[in-house]
Amino acid sequence: MFAEIFSIAFQFADVFAFLILAAAGLAIIFGMMGIINMAHGEFITCGIYVTVICVQNGVPLPLAQLIGALSAGLVGIVLERTIIRHLYHRPLDSILATWGISLMVTQGMLIVLGSSWQGIGTPLGSFAVGGYTFSTYRLVLFGAAVGVLVGLYLIYMRTNYGVMARATMQNAEMARALGVRTQRMYAISFGLGAALAGLCGALYAPTMTLIPTMGITFIIESFVTVVVGGANVLMGTAPAGILLGVVRTILNAWYGQIAGQIGLLITVILVIRMLPEGVSGWLSRRSG
Amino acid sequence: MSPILNTLNGPQTLGNGRFFWTGFVLVMMLALGYPALSDPYDVGNIAYLLLSTLTALGLSLMWGYAGMFSFGQTAFFGVAGYTYGVISINLGASGGLTFLCLLGGVAVAALFAALLGYFLIYGRVSGVFFGIVTFATTLALAAFFGQTAGPEWAIGKARFNGFNGMIGMPALELPWFDDNVMLEGVALYYFVLALLLVIYLGLRVLVNSRFGNVLVAIREDPLRTELLGYDVRKYQLITFVIGSSLAGLSGGLYTAWGQFIPPASMGLPAAAMPIIWVAFSGRQDLTATLVGTFLLLLMFQTITVYSQQYALILMGFLLLITVMLVPSGFVIGIGRLLGRLGRGGATS
Repeated sequence: MFAEIFSIAFQFADVFAFLILAAAGLAIIFGMMGIINMAHGEFITCGIYVTVICVQNGVPLPLAQLIGALSAGLVGIVLERTIIRHLYHRPLDSILATWGISLMVTQGMLIVLGSSWQGIGTPLGSFAVGGYTFSTYRLVLFGAAVGVLVGLYLIYMRTNYGVMARATMQNAEMARALGVRTQRMYAISFGLGAALAGLCGALYAPTMTLIPTMGITFIIESFVTVVVGGANVLMGTAPAGILLGVVRTILNAWYGQIAGQIGLLITVILVIRMLPEGVSGWLSRRSG
Repeated sequence: MSPILNTLNGPQTLGNGRFFWTGFVLVMMLALGYPALSDPYDVGNIAYLLLSTLTALGLSLMWGYAGMFSFGQTAFFGVAGYTYGVISINLGASGGLTFLCLLGGVAVAALFAALLGYFLIYGRVSGVFFGIVTFATTLALAAFFGQTAGPEWAIGKARFNGFNGMIGMPALELPWFDDNVMLEGVALYYFVLALLLVIYLGLRVLVNSRFGNVLVAIREDPLRTELLGYDVRKYQLITFVIGSSLAGLSGGLYTAWGQFIPPASMGLPAAAMPIIWVAFSGRQDLTATLVGTFLLLLMFQTITVYSQQYALILMGFLLLITVMLVPSGFVIGIGRLLGRLGRGGATS
């Protein structure tokens, strides 16, 4: 009995981790700047490839993953400085611009990197509970997802940057009047979002087959989580992850992966019908 | 003549003068004469480009006129295509029945659009979120059709064949006296051309009517339009269904043309194409969208022969520079310039 319950909890943790890690970067960028970054999948891909290249050159996996996340963040900051900053007042155009970039990068990578690569194996082996065996690395992923949520909470609630970033989010004009360099806040936030996307890729790199279009694997889950969560990362993303995680775990167990994905979508359409501003909008209206 | 022209012309379309309509007639004559000057293979290919522009016209109506940012055109394209396949294969359709199958495909796409549109529009989802949810729906549908490889994924005699796509549906056949004319090559070209002409003119009448004025009002300011007594959601839902059905018509015709419909026609990068055509051309005008889309498709196809990746990179680049340099679109800009020149010529 315990083994069955543990198995269900484990599967939920796995789905939850995937949703949170895939969505965190997108949610930060959307929450801070109102921009939906269609090149989100390409930042994830960037994290994956940098990690794999490092590991294949002898860098230990955790360090390689850190490098993967940081390089995606760096690319994010460059992109923000060159293109995104012109589009802050045109959220729809920012979708189009990032989509154009996404298309160019994916196809460019297909040309440069070829269609598929040798992956790296999943580390840490497995453990057994009752009659079932579980991958230990999946627990690490769950830990990382919780770590990202706690980390974001600490960054936004406890640091100087967090206070200034939230001020910029609420009222950029007023923040600027009080001496906050809003341009820099935007650049850092975009970089942070990109780095989190890179981290997602870096963490999942050992578990997947490498193809240049693999960013798309994460796209549906990340978009869906952000839509359900709403504009506030701290209040929205975690509850959205739990809600969607429960739906998906049940559907996956009964009907398989594709039913899980379509179930997510139907949940989103129902949630958005009832809570147009997402979970965070609903929570803040109740508390406000 | 002038009462008809009056319903076609109006403030919501570019090209209302004698200058434009003279050019229009010339282009039509050229299009009618084209098959005589070219070989049947190329003519069939141009028919494919023309049927693709229907998707773009639908998106222009939704996005350019009503301000609804739908990323779902290829989803409706695919749904109608698969439906055409399922119905026509199971009925073993031939003759006029193939047209009923096409109609069935479009009807299912329209129904799907009505359902999705109801939840989104009546949930007051707008702007960015409208784009994301339609986009996620499209990707999920593409993923769904992509995994239907096994023999258990079939409706009657029609196998879905997963990633490879559904095959074996009949081409459209037009009953002609006692005979059936199979719509391929030149025959299909004239059929699509006639259909496109009717739809283009029909859409012009629609956007220049009272209905079209309300759509533009909604695009400019939904709240104000509502306060003027219009049920914004009803107008948006009708527009969403019309625009998506046009993508469905495009998909049904495509499937009949190629006798083939793969999930790749719905997913990425295909889903980005209608957006690029319409954004580059100028979403706020039907004529600009039609002309620009046709030219982009022609160019895309020419480059694809050498390398599909480079062609897609170029499309991405065009989208990026459109947004950065001419957010309202390139072709519409040229159209407005021509309009100014035309007027200048008339007064001097």
